[in-house]
Order: sequence, then C-alpha cells, then structure tokens
Amino acid sequence: MAAAKVKPDLTTDCAGIRSPNPFWLASAPPTNSGEQIMRAFDAGWGGAVWKTLGTPIQNVSSRFGATNYRGTAAIGFNNIELITDRPLDVNFREIAEVKKRYPDHAVIVSLMVETREEWKEIIQRSEDAGADGLELNFGCPHGMCERGMGSAVGQEPKVNERITGWAKEFATVPVLVKLTPNVGDIVPHGLAAKRGGADGVSLINTIKSIIGVDIDRFVPEPRVGGLSTNGGYCGAAVKPIALHMVGALARDPGFDIPISGIGGVRNWRDAIEFMLLGSTSVQVCTEVMLRGYRIVEDMIEGLTEYMARHGFATVDQLVGKAVPSFSEWGQLDLNYETIAKIDAQSCIGCQLCVTACHDGAHQCIHPTGESRVPVIDEDECVGCNLCQIVCPVPGCISMVEVDNGYTPATWNQHVGEGATLRPKKGAH
Amino acid sequence: MIRPPSARSEAVFDDFKPAYTTGQALAEANRCLYCSDAPCIQACPTGIDIPEFIRKIATDNVKGSARTIFEANILGMSCARVCPVEVLCVGDCVYNHMGVPPIQIGKLQRYSTDVAYAEGWTFFEAGEDTGKRVALVGAGPASLACAHALRRMGHGCTIFEKRAVVGGLNTTGVAPYKMKADRSQDEVDWVLSIGGVELKTGVEVGRDVTFADLERDFDAVFVGFGLGPDGWLPDCEGIAGIHGAVDFIERFKLGEVDLDGVERALVIGGGNTAVDAVRELKGLGVPRVAMVYRGTEAGMSGYAHEWQAAKLENIEAIWQTQPTGFARGDDGLAVDAVKLDEKKRPIEGSAHRLPADLVLLAIGQGKLGELIAGLDGVRLDRGRLVVDAHGYTGRPGYYAGGDAANGGKEVVNAAAEGKAAARAIDAWLAADNSLRSQKTEGAV
Repeated sequence: MAAAKVKPDLTTDCAGIRSPNPFWLASAPPTNSGEQIMRAFDAGWGGAVWKTLGTPIQNVSSRFGATNYRGTAAIGFNNIELITDRPLDVNFREIAEVKKRYPDHAVIVSLMVETREEWKEIIQRSEDAGADGLELNFGCPHGMCERGMGSAVGQEPKVNERITGWAKEFATVPVLVKLTPNVGDIVPHGLAAKRGGADGVSLINTIKSIIGVDIDRFVPEPRVGGLSTNGGYCGAAVKPIALHMVGALARDPGFDIPISGIGGVRNWRDAIEFMLLGSTSVQVCTEVMLRGYRIVEDMIEGLTEYMARHGFATVDQLVGKAVPSFSEWGQLDLNYETIAKIDAQSCIGCQLCVTACHDGAHQCIHPTGESRVPVIDEDECVGCNLCQIVCPVPGCISMVEVDNGYTPATWNQHVGEGATLRPKKGAH
Repeated sequence: MIRPPSARSEAVFDDFKPAYTTGQALAEANRCLYCSDAPCIQACPTGIDIPEFIRKIATDNVKGSARTIFEANILGMSCARVCPVEVLCVGDCVYNHMGVPPIQIGKLQRYSTDVAYAEGWTFFEAGEDTGKRVALVGAGPASLACAHALRRMGHGCTIFEKRAVVGGLNTTGVAPYKMKADRSQDEVDWVLSIGGVELKTGVEVGRDVTFADLERDFDAVFVGFGLGPDGWLPDCEGIAGIHGAVDFIERFKLGEVDLDGVERALVIGGGNTAVDAVRELKGLGVPRVAMVYRGTEAGMSGYAHEWQAAKLENIEAIWQTQPTGFARGDDGLAVDAVKLDEKKRPIEGSAHRLPADLVLLAIGQGKLGELIAGLDGVRLDRGRLVVDAHGYTGRPGYYAGGDAANGGKEVVNAAAEGKAAARAIDAWLAADNSLRSQKTEGAV
C-alpha cells in the first residue's frame, strides 16, 4: 500500500459531533468535572462525554474492584459508582466554562432522567451550557436500573425508542444512545435507537458482573461493609465483547448510523480495531483511570503513523474497513489450511507449546530429546494457533498457509452444493 | 550441641543478594514462564520442581511453594542462599536464550523458605518406628538430609559430630554474605524438629568411637564427614600470620578474629575457597587483598560470577604466580614467588617477593578417607570414598555422601546424595539386612 504523501487528518465527525481526533473520554470518573476535562483536552483528548447528569445521587464508599492476571493489575475492572453526585448547577456552569475555553473540542453530555418533563429540562440546560452533543445513558447495569433507568431502559427496545424519541424532540444538537451489552443480541437495541431518531449510538456500556469474592470474609467485591452488589465490568478484558457488538451493528444492513465505540480500549491499536469494525469515534475510560490522561499522546501518534503507513488521509477511510470480512461461520473456507512452524533459531526451549498442544489441543508437538526445540507433526497439526499464542518469543512460531490442492469450500457450499471438503485432520 | 556465639566477626557482612520483599517476589514470580520439563529442574541436583514452586508464590500459596521445595530438598533454605545458581538453575533458565534476564530462582526460593521458617511451618512427620537405627558420621548437610529422609521412613538416627557445633560447612564455612552461622543453626533446628535424631557432638568416629562400635550398635552407617584440614605448602606451617583458609574462615564465622594492623593480605589459590576468602578479608576490613594463583583468570576453578563480584570490590589478582617460600621478618611476612608460564612452569629469573601481613592458603583440603580405609569393601580414590549412584560404598550397610564422597561440591549435592543414600539404606534395611547381624570383618 502506498504511503500517503499528506499528513493524516485525524479530525472526526461522529454523528455531527466534531472533534480534533476520534479519541473521547467516556462518561465516567475521568469526566466528573470541568477541571479534569480541561486537563484532558490539554493532554490531547479530542472529546469528552461528561459524567452522566441526572438527579445527583449518593455513592457508596468502596466502589471499584479489579481482576488481575499473572501480576498485571486490573486486566478487568468493575464499579458500583452511580451517576454524578455533584449539583447540576455546578456541572452546567463547568460545561459552559470548558466550552468557552475549548470551543473546538467536543463536549458531549451524558444524561439519565426518568420523565419526559425531566428529559426536556435537562436537555435544554445542557444545550444552554454549550453541549456539542448528548449521550443518553441507557446502559448503567447497577443501581440506576433498580430505579427504572440505565440498563432497565436499554434492555427494552420499545422504551429505548420512546425515550430516544423524546430526546430528539427536545434536542437541537446530535443525540447518541449509549447501549447496554447486557442483552442477548445487540442489533434490535441499536435499531430501536435508530427508530427513535438517534443520530448515533455508543457502545458498550459496562457488563453486569461480580468482580470477585473476598474468600476469607465470604463477601463479594467490592465489599461495602458486609455486603456487595453486582457492578459494571469494563477494562481490557471486555474488548472482545465490545468489538463483537460494534461489529454486529456495523454490518447489519438495517443499521446505518454512526457508532462511537467503547470497551477496553487501552491504546492506539485497540482504537484502530474498533474503528475498523465501524466506530467513528472511540471512547476510553478504564485505561485513563489506571494510567491517566497522558496515554492519549501515544494514541494520537500511533493512529497517525498507522494512517500514514496505510495511506489513509482521513479517519473516514479506515472506519468500517474490516466490517465486510466479519462474516458467519458457514461462510468460512473449510479447505483453508495452516500449520505451525517453529523457528529453531529463536526458540528458547521453554516447551510451553508442547504442553499446550498436548493438554489443550491435538497432541502434535513433541520434544525430540536431542535439543529443547520441539518438532511439529505436520500430518496431525490442525493449525489451531494455540502454540503460537503460548509462545513467549515474538515471531518464533508462525502459522503457515498450506496449499493442499483443494478448491475453497464453505460449510454452506458443502451443504447446499455438495462442495468437496478436504479430509479432516486430527480427528481420530 | 553448642550454638554459635553471638560475638562473631562475620556479623559485619550484609547479604550480597538481599531478601526479596513480597512485592519483589511477586513481580519476579510472575515473570516465570512455567516451562514444560523445565531446564532449571534438570539443572538442580535435588530436582526441585522450580516452575511449580514459583507459580505457587505467584498465586499466594507460599506454604505450598515451600512444601514443593522441601519435598525435594530439605535443605532448601540454605541452598537458596549458598547455591551457585548462576551455574545451575538460573544459568539454565530459558530466558537466557532470549536475551531476557533469567528468573532469580535462588532469591525466590529464599523468599518461600524464609516465610516457612518465620511462620514455623513444618511439612513432614517421622514414619512409623521401624526399630532400625542408622549411625551418621558428621553433622553436615549430607548427614542432615540423610537423617531427615531416614526419619520420614521411620528409622532411628544418631549423628556423630566431632565439633561442638553442627551443620558442617553451612555453619563453619559458608561465606557470611551468603549465610551466617546462626542461620545455619536455624536450619539444623528446623530439620531436626522432625524428632528422633540423636546428636552426639564432640565425638569423633575413628577416635572416640570405632566403626566396630557402630556396627555393634547400629543397623547401617552413613558416612558424611566431609573433608579434612587445609592443605599446606612446604615449610610454612607454624609461621605466624599464615593460616589455612578454611580454618581461618571457621574462626571468624564462629568467633572473632583480630585483623588490626593487617594492611595487605594474600590468599593463595584460585578455587572457590580462595575467591570467598579474598572477599571475606576485604569485608572484614583489610585494605588491600590479592589472590595469588598459579594459572590465568580463564583457568581458575573458582566460579567466574564470584570472581566478577570480587573484582567489583577492588580485590586484586596476581596471576601465574607460585609461592616458593615464606619468611617472617621485622616488617611482616614476605612471600617469595616466581612467575609461571602458560603450562604453569617457573619462568627463569622471575623470582620476586610479595609483601603481606596475612596469608591464607586455599589450595585444597585433605581427605578423611583414611579414617575408614581399614574397612573391607570400602574403596578410596585419592582419599575420597568411592560410591555408586545410591551412595553405596561397596561395604554392606555402609553408605556415604557429601564432600567425603564427591571430593568437595556444593551443599545441594550433599543434600541430594544424603537423600539418595537414605533411600538406598531404607531398601537395604527393608530386605532384612543389618550390620548388627553381620560378621564384622576388618572393623577398626
């Protein structure tokens, strides 16, 4: 691919909301106040979705929890924090201040109220303060849903559509509907928002979860005295779920409004994955909570460099680029074949691949007894990728395509047209 | 058994490899790849399942981690400190092949075993009493490991130790920046807490009791008496200011040595005792310390990583030099020496004199095999007891391990050999054999 001669332009227009780059802070603790958001904009964030406004609540103390993995803190994160606990007057005053000082950055105000009248009032006040857009919080899976808001709305397409309709009736700025992942299929919920008139959707909100259990006190976490409750799961671990839901909407023929992607984005690479699956802007929360606003510098650089490398002049050119290749299992070529190859030069002899293949796959990687470099029984290797996944040495194990002489044939073609499938491997 | 006194010159030393904090241990443990059929295990003479004990640190199962270590090596606490891990487990960590710093296995092992000691965890109980009794000669690592294993099998044990202190070289010889005498004593206490091990200190087998006595009173014998006294060069014994290195080390580990006025010390030798000795003298405050070795740096038998550490402490080396005589004058000692060529032959006209206030000889230790030489079936090779892979000496009922049999290796070798011998002794006793039922031919 030819490299672009011009410097890539990161300017983003997501559902009519313009920002200097596609990186927005998600509605969450990092967007709790004007002072924070101004620092975030100084760091380079293109937009911020203000911490959800509604009737201010009282939070519990002890409200975050994390799941760790092999010494890495918080690969998954959850919270039982609710919407803003600050007076609305203060919030609106700060929104106005931010917009005055940062006219080119996007300030989207997240909202969650109950009645039609309340929606009308809070939308009016948000626009008066200078909001560039609104995000309807139909996703919060804890606390607020017990009060008939948040995911209680997002899980009911008819309610979603009706309230979205109210918001569109009152709003003059673009309206995004934030969707909850706590549903079986995301598509009907995205379509409901669209029917309600939404200019775009943002997803995913957090996933209903229990982050852990204090095994000595016999209480789930985060522990609030002697009790806990389910919270919203987020962070790096949820990215695959979020990518799927974004992709599922993006490829649906009946869905054609912009998406602001959210869920486990830590860096430019994650952000690009969301964009390739159909996100116009990308929202980040957990990684900022863990590492601070400063991470955006690398995100901007990484995206710019990536776009230059692929010859993308504007972000529009990459948004949705991977959507056409997100298909159904029945469309996959069953005659496509790869096998694992080990580079003996870079192999360090840990033999993690041996155990992984032996216990977790198809028993086709064997120690030789002569050197620590294992051998692959290529007649048995099904090409599952597990050895490559466990190998600690970058590039040591590669999955190599095999020309087995068979014409591509999908399951659908096999069932429908009798297409010939290659003999199974490892199935004995 | 007498405990090491509290006033010991070795107290001035700090740990060369400080203990991990919990945070450090977790960070390091989480780096371990948990290799399959891991090379580090194969490099360990006692075969500790290293990836497993490290994983257990990472999962906050420190008790299980310690159990994994001690199941393989009951002396895992001292080995964590004194093992030359650079040439054993750590040296074989696969990360070395990736250009990534290898896992600090010794420090992780120290972490788990120290926690176990601090918490008072013990993992093993004596087996049901078999009525058999085994005599163990010497109270060093080999005998301790052997006795502990024998106790798990239910055999009674009596350890004969000629010194007042126990623990062998772990107590009297280990470099104090690795482990001090009181920590070795902790280990002895912990190992013997299994119960049923009688300690007879101040009793030298071959002098105070005979092997014939042992054959009369015991069903089997394990010989773990280690090595003999320091070797001496001709015509220097008795000159003030010249000491055997092993003897000198024992003196400052078990008591106090006076190095006032010692400005320059020479250590003769190029093995691990010599490298220990130069670092120890430096640490004890001698301003100028040099190692005098007949060969080159590349040819020295002391571990390269240890010598590297010595160099960083500004310790000098005088390579390819052979002492030819020692003299004591008014202004201290003088060592007459010649330079040697590549084949360690004296170079003509190279005679010179090296000034010194203190000279330690680290040219090897004598072997104690003569103590047992009179017994039929026991074979010696240059003073070392010849044994098979199970520690069997060739005389029924007699087994051996540790330095007495291997000629002078690591604590971890002694631990492995003691344990292997215990298994062999158990099998021999299980087949209804006993020294007491045998004709005692040639016993001395």
